[in-house]
Amino acid sequence: MAEPLFSVRGLKVALPDMTRKPLIGRAPLAEILKGLDFDLPKGSVTGIVGESGSGKSTLGRALVRLLEPSAGSVTFDGLDITHLPEAELRPLRRNLQMIFQDPMSSLNPRRTIASIIAAPLKQNGLGDNLRARIAEALQRVGLPQSFASRYRHELSGGQRQRVGIARALALSPKFVLADEIVSGLDVSTQAQILTLLEKLAAEMGLTVAFISHDLSVIRRLCRQVIVMREGMIVEASATDALFENPRQSYTRDLISAIPLPEIDAGWLNIPPAAKAPT
Amino acid sequence: MDDGRISRHGSGAKLWLAGGWLLLALLAAIFAPLVAPQDPLAQDLMLERLPPFWMSGAEPGYWLGTDSLGRDLLSRLIFGARIAFIVAFAAATAACLVGSTLGLVAGYFGGWADRIISRIVDVWMAFPPVLFAILLVAVLGTGLSSVIIAIAVIDWTRFCRVIRAETMGQSRMDYVENARIAGYGRIGIMLREVLPNVVPSIVALLSLEMGIAVIVEAILSFVNLSISTDDPTWGGIIAEGRLSIHQAWWVLVFPLITLILTVLSFSQFGEGLKARFDPVLR
Amino acid sequence: MSACLDIRDLSAVLPNGQRVLRSVSLAVQPGEVRALVGESGAGKTMIGKAVLGVLPSSVRIVEGDMLLEGEDLGKLQPKARRTLIGARTALIPQDPLTALNPSRRIGPQMTDRLVRILGWSGEKADQRIRQLLDEVQIRDPDRVLKNYPHELSGGMRQRVLIAAAFAAEPRLIVADEPTTALDVTVQKQILRLIAQLQREHGTAILFVTHDLGVVAKISQKVSVLYAGKVVEEAETAALFAAPQHPYTRALMAATPRYTDPFASLKPVDETVLAGLAAEIASADQAWGRPHG
Repeated sequence: MAEPLFSVRGLKVALPDMTRKPLIGRAPLAEILKGLDFDLPKGSVTGIVGESGSGKSTLGRALVRLLEPSAGSVTFDGLDITHLPEAELRPLRRNLQMIFQDPMSSLNPRRTIASIIAAPLKQNGLGDNLRARIAEALQRVGLPQSFASRYRHELSGGQRQRVGIARALALSPKFVLADEIVSGLDVSTQAQILTLLEKLAAEMGLTVAFISHDLSVIRRLCRQVIVMREGMIVEASATDALFENPRQSYTRDLISAIPLPEIDAGWLNIPPAAKAPT
Repeated sequence: MDDGRISRHGSGAKLWLAGGWLLLALLAAIFAPLVAPQDPLAQDLMLERLPPFWMSGAEPGYWLGTDSLGRDLLSRLIFGARIAFIVAFAAATAACLVGSTLGLVAGYFGGWADRIISRIVDVWMAFPPVLFAILLVAVLGTGLSSVIIAIAVIDWTRFCRVIRAETMGQSRMDYVENARIAGYGRIGIMLREVLPNVVPSIVALLSLEMGIAVIVEAILSFVNLSISTDDPTWGGIIAEGRLSIHQAWWVLVFPLITLILTVLSFSQFGEGLKARFDPVLR
Repeated sequence: MSACLDIRDLSAVLPNGQRVLRSVSLAVQPGEVRALVGESGAGKTMIGKAVLGVLPSSVRIVEGDMLLEGEDLGKLQPKARRTLIGARTALIPQDPLTALNPSRRIGPQMTDRLVRILGWSGEKADQRIRQLLDEVQIRDPDRVLKNYPHELSGGMRQRVLIAAAFAAEPRLIVADEPTTALDVTVQKQILRLIAQLQREHGTAILFVTHDLGVVAKISQKVSVLYAGKVVEEAETAALFAAPQHPYTRALMAATPRYTDPFASLKPVDETVLAGLAAEIASADQAWGRPHG
């Protein structure tokens, strides 16, 4: 068993609950993650699945330390990063990259694609030879070089997400968080983006946390799966085992609720009509 | 898509009309001694209340007529434009720098910075602006710099409020979060990722504020609290024109038209510029 | 028996002349669920809006007829058309949150339509709404009717909107991606509810979706759209047994299936897209000639 890149123990995250904020004073804290334990092995793609409110996005943000955990520990590559201050995190950032759900909002509208890809390079001491590095990043995700001078509004949704991938991988990071990166895309584009990520993760030996609500996609891409519900891990296991023999009824419900693109008259399980059609 | 093109086209026309008037007024102000047909201060009681050029009894060289002291109205308006523009540029820029900076800080950093700045803005806006201005000028003494300071001190809140709101919206965007992932510090992110996206609003507000500054200056002149009464100001001319409205309506009407056109042009120019900047978005 | 909805050769253009609907024809029989499936820009939502008479002002219908239960909508005066559409159709929207006014309680929002458009008495409308809430399995209608939209979960809001849509006994419901914003487990419940109410009330549904999985489960007939053109139309069972158009086949191969992860999620082949582009271009050319 390879040594894990991430080792998470007893992870809790509490955030201010603005819906219960009193008129005067601080909002009370709501516990979003309620004590998680898991490892992410080096070079593996791990799916994190759950419905809305399961805390999967919060978990992702705690891994790349956009959020500070309130309890427990997060160890990245042998280093405890749970409470590292921002300044000490900065040198680690090049190894903790992220691809966002909405490529529209994740690309600054006033910057060219070249400038967007260059930003993390410059900030992490790779500012030399920028032109070549940008060209390589674009080529890696299958975008033509002419895109370097374009702006986000001149790109299609799939192209924007390719830029998001190019930016995250430009630093050759050890870890990439992919947060619902295909949920806003059409199926045909989704397939392209996923096969691209699959290929690059294998080529570059990336460790990926792939957050998604779609178990079908996770089955294709991920070696192991963490199923989350209401801030807790319901089940974590190897992908094939999870699908072939889910141990928890919640996992079974999640899988059986996916509408497969095939005829199955019994799937909806409609009770016999109470009255005849009018 | 297409609607956007149509409205952008419309804003183009507005931009050119407004910009044209402002440019004309600005050039007249800069070259006032060259373009003004008469000395704006020269009194000649023989020439009092001459009507504009198309009416009977008009004198050549006094295009818009004269006031009750026989001073040439057009020349006074042209020289008045100098003060109007100096006040507009200086006061609006000062208000913009103070207000935008505080708005950016409040909107991006949030927390205590936001709470303190927002409370100050709330308190500030509780003062009636014109009374506040009159009070300030009364304390600072009349004069050009007092007028400029008074306008900046009162109106920075307008920038602060709008820029704070826009910055808060921008700060929630994923590219701001991604800049942290890329290893940027907070101030770097504010200047690099957020500021360029609020610049169009700053520009629009700046132009609007210039128009407001022109009005405030006119109001202060009107109540004789602006600069020395010798120098012609639009507000001063309007105040004088009000006294002789029954004998010489033009002394009131022409400065009013000039004032309205200028203020309107400033606001339309700002809107047009913003629309020009904005096609990048969506 | 005449079709509940009959769309014939419907074409619509943007102000720049670009066609967004390309001679769309489809018929929905009474009591039938017809799926409109396609990717973004396929015009599927546009067709739903055209039927309901709520197209954005920039889109202009330039050709074709729409018959609602045999009545030609194009031949009616605007007011008569609105009344007819209002009485015989209803909408289940995509986003249940924005479809409800956040500052009004659920109850009056649901009865409004019955009272104002259909002229029912308040009491009758209230009774009807309660009956429907029961049918969508809302167990405590008193509480829900007094709630504001934000106090309900996404699934509950969608139930409320489904109840409201069926309340006036419309002949046709346009369901515009009604489960896209929902979690899968909730989606399954909502699909089941729609199917159940549809059967019991005998309502025809025009079901707009991007998800072939949903199409397979809910519809009897399906139209596959691309760039405002119907590229394939079939019985749902036949479509999944033997898709005819290359684009339909490509869409099916691109749709992920956990039962067969490596045979699914196939990127759409360039030749398929090129073929589609050629098909669209030749259709536009043929259409452009008689219209100048």
